[in-house]
Amino acid sequence: MSDEKWTVTLIITRQKGEDAPYSQSFQLEVDPDEYVLDAVERVWAFHDRSLIFRHACHHSTCGACGMRVNGVEKLTCITPIRAVTHPGGALRVEPLRNFPVVSDLVVDMSDFYVRLEQAQFGQVVPVDSANLPYEKDPRDGGDYLRLVDCIECGCCISACPIAVTTPAYLGPAILAAAQHSYLQSPNPALLDFVDQADGVWRCHSAYECTAVCPSNVDPAWRIMDLRKKVAINRVRKVFTRS
Amino acid sequence: MSEKPHAIVIGAGFTGCAVAHDLALRGFSATVLERGELTSGTSGRTHGLLHSGGRYCVTDQESAAECIVENRILRKIVGQCIEPNGGFFVALNEKDLEYAPAFEQGAQDCGIEIEKLDIASALKLEPHLNPHVLSVYTVPDGTFDPLRLALAFAATARRRGVKFCPYHEVKNMLMDSQGNVIGVEAWDRTRNQTYALRGDIVINATGAWAGEIVKMAGVDTMPVIPTPGVMVAYDQRLINRTINRLCLPADGDILLPQRRMMCIGTTSFEVEDPDYIPVLADQVQLMNECAQALVPGVKDCNMRGAWMSARPLVAFGESGRSLARTFKCFDHQSIHGIGGLVTITGGKATTCRAMAEKTVDVVCEKMGIQAACMTADLPLDSYRTFYQ
Repeated sequence: MSDEKWTVTLIITRQKGEDAPYSQSFQLEVDPDEYVLDAVERVWAFHDRSLIFRHACHHSTCGACGMRVNGVEKLTCITPIRAVTHPGGALRVEPLRNFPVVSDLVVDMSDFYVRLEQAQFGQVVPVDSANLPYEKDPRDGGDYLRLVDCIECGCCISACPIAVTTPAYLGPAILAAAQHSYLQSPNPALLDFVDQADGVWRCHSAYECTAVCPSNVDPAWRIMDLRKKVAINRVRKVFTRS
Repeated sequence: MSEKPHAIVIGAGFTGCAVAHDLALRGFSATVLERGELTSGTSGRTHGLLHSGGRYCVTDQESAAECIVENRILRKIVGQCIEPNGGFFVALNEKDLEYAPAFEQGAQDCGIEIEKLDIASALKLEPHLNPHVLSVYTVPDGTFDPLRLALAFAATARRRGVKFCPYHEVKNMLMDSQGNVIGVEAWDRTRNQTYALRGDIVINATGAWAGEIVKMAGVDTMPVIPTPGVMVAYDQRLINRTINRLCLPADGDILLPQRRMMCIGTTSFEVEDPDYIPVLADQVQLMNECAQALVPGVKDCNMRGAWMSARPLVAFGESGRSLARTFKCFDHQSIHGIGGLVTITGGKATTCRAMAEKTVDVVCEKMGIQAACMTADLPLDSYRTFYQ
């Protein structure tokens, strides 16, 4: 999208079948205003047709192209090359952490999607029900918080230092989804779903999820909010008979 | 496996996924081979407009009529992926106003509900709309999430036993001694292994790549022209509904909301190889200008992304913008004397279910199977269950 050209080295994690993973380098001439995903696609188109990676919409609505770029989770379709390297620099591209690797840059999102389904939140909704009442005021002059903007990319799960320790942890996206569902419709079963050792209580407030979220969903804040709701629910249970 | 006929579907875009769903309902076993992730070709990169048909109601009424019928069906069966937010057609100058009578007539001919709105009401509904608009019509547009729309079809098909193989690329056709297609040779890119897969019928649902696939069966002439266009996404959502320019189909005539963004599309030019199409700076600039003409506030938004998508347009002797947006199903038995191979291409995301219906009709007729299409009335499963 500009006439400027940079030479960069893509260092891509490769893995096929049960073979051990290794890194492979490709030197590319790129337009720095293009996106990291464009560079990865270029490697596939012109250098190595066996490279596989997830991608679909190329404009941050589908959430398929989350990867680790130079050690940080990025939605590669909207990450300009200029923002993550320099002329002559490197772009280390790895699959997301904390998901099973299928091959190369592709991870298996099955468990993640199944858990999101359990959290029962609607993904694509009419605009008049998209904003919750409390979300009218952008906090600190920032963007509106709308979980419908969660694109289920898994970047938060990859960045989470707790998810590294156990695959049983529900993780930021799922807990944030449950918080959102509960605000829409206060179903106590949602609180039971998250009120467990591998649910809201496993979070150690590192806020890495919020830092990498490409949609500003702020999962960490939502987990803290969900804890309050769970605590209130527990207290309420003590004083009421079912 | 049972005695069910086995269909191999090449391509898991909107059409391939919808074909798989239809096949499963009509008693086929099916395997879907896709060289990348689902919708990683053209489908995923659509801007996501659930067309009312208004865009084509003057120049291409066949497409327009297909769009409005399918628009209503998709709202019913896959509302989970659709924002039913409606749309405007707006006139910005005298030339646009001159188009209005043809637009009104075309919409009536195609059965598209439009309503003329007074400017004050329109600006109340869309405060960021260009305040100098001269005329506004409402249309029943919507917006859909591209990957999730395909996943919903695929999830439902998968529950009925269809096997989906992403990252499996078809490298060749298996032919019998009479030159009929009896299966495919595929490359599992996750394990770097090739294998042969036999099928009673092979359905080529590869859109802009349809020509590449039929070449493997020895057909060199496929009237499919990959016709890319650029799209740009902005980081704010200043509109509730789709804003179309009231004019003949042109560059940058549709600005639509998606999640917290807006997307503008698109341009139109032809390429031979749709595998990698760079985004051109001058076209991005053109999109910015077109978007600002409709919604001036776009100038204060940041660009969130810019991308290309290659439409599969079917040529009937014309080119570019004048190419029909309708779809076509080719039975290679009757055209080229090659049995066992059917190609479906052209069309739009909005009409993917109808494309599948037509294709499976052709397949059933070829194979002497009597089974009616049921996809128009059956709600689809949650897209997330594709991963169950």
